[in-house]
Amino acid sequence: MIAIVDYGVGNLFSLKSSFAAIGVETVVSGDEKILKSADKIILPGVGAFSDAAAKLKATGLDAFLKEQAASGKPLMGICLGMQMLFDRSYEYGCHEGLGLIPGEVRPISEVIPNDLKIPHIGWNALKFTENKTEIFKYINDGDHVYFVHSFYGTKCESYVTANAEYGAPLCASVQKDNVYGCQFHPEKSGKTGLAILKGFCDL
Amino acid sequence: MITKRIIPCLDVKNGRVVKGVNFAGLSDVSSPVELGRYYSECGADELVFYDITASSDGRALFTDILTEVARTIFIPLTVGGGINTVADFDRVLKCGADKVSVNSGAIRNPSLIPEAAKLYGDQCVVISADVKRVDGVFRVFAKGGRENTGLEAVEWIKRCVGSGAGEVVLNSIDTDGVKGGFDLEMLEAVSNAVSVPVIASGGAGCIQDFVTLFKTLPKVDAGLAASIFHFGEVKISDLKDTLAAEGIEVRR
Repeated sequence: MIAIVDYGVGNLFSLKSSFAAIGVETVVSGDEKILKSADKIILPGVGAFSDAAAKLKATGLDAFLKEQAASGKPLMGICLGMQMLFDRSYEYGCHEGLGLIPGEVRPISEVIPNDLKIPHIGWNALKFTENKTEIFKYINDGDHVYFVHSFYGTKCESYVTANAEYGAPLCASVQKDNVYGCQFHPEKSGKTGLAILKGFCDL
Repeated sequence: MITKRIIPCLDVKNGRVVKGVNFAGLSDVSSPVELGRYYSECGADELVFYDITASSDGRALFTDILTEVARTIFIPLTVGGGINTVADFDRVLKCGADKVSVNSGAIRNPSLIPEAAKLYGDQCVVISADVKRVDGVFRVFAKGGRENTGLEAVEWIKRCVGSGAGEVVLNSIDTDGVKGGFDLEMLEAVSNAVSVPVIASGGAGCIQDFVTLFKTLPKVDAGLAASIFHFGEVKISDLKDTLAAEGIEVRR
């Protein structure tokens, strides 16, 4: 059973449908007892970092997720959920993250040429790094996935498992031990996305 | 780099896809769910669902079908038609839409785009404009292209983007249905004026029209079409093969 953390941020419908499509049962919940009973946890998220971080803190789920990660349970953050795994974000101010993966979140505008559009939105190719990750075992270097973001993970080089080229290499996925993150949306990335979710479920 | 996107558009009325559909291998060619799944599996980069239902009964049916489609496709889904309020945004987003496209609703209610963008983010708000030349000026038309609003199109679209629209669908009424190619002149004017993605709509008749579009106007991000895909005149896999052979980056 996979638990999708519900903390009032984002639409969880597509994620739930994606797991159903690969035959995996999910539970969507914000209740620690239920989340604790799952084998693996997905931390989703869309919108502003500060709002999402405040909601995790207000519900006490921040401490709970750290504890679950420390116990060795596989945890995957998606999009803003991935950004929350880092130490901090500079999205409109400076906000503290979960600190599960060393690194920080900064505006894409700082690293890409001016003529490129922001957000980085659309299908882009994954370029695998030398850091291999189990969750990509069913996909290939160069496969396309769907991105929508204006901020990106940085100072996390040793944990980056794939980049996407957008005027600069942008961190597309990370892994540190049992903690995983995807900046893109696997639930919107067609067959490739479903294959990544399957890779995570196999852990 | 980001690939160019190919987007089939489904016009849905009373829960069925209208405009002729002619596909071998589909048991129910006017089922939005079957067609949506078909396009999702055969390489479409995104789907647009357009609600052309007039009655509120039809709208409820549309919502049910939309949920079913969203459950079976795993690519981004944009929904348009009859979006007049933030409550309409909420309704279709809860059914699984990723983006919502506004047209007449934004003309009637200037606060719709900024309010929706604040609640759901710019990336969620698409301005769809039906544009036609009137005495040599690009004018915005409302009510499905029937009513000249008098608004100058490039200024209008710039204003929408300035107030929070994260993407533009530009439908040229002049080239729509003619199948003689996209309206490159109109698209150039708009894509030079805004810094968000622009989706070309209206006029695609063959694969070469997409090649011409992306080669002539590299700033255009996507091509949208309906009947040429529905009738199988253009197969998405063939289209993408040709685009790739022409050096245009696509997802395959």
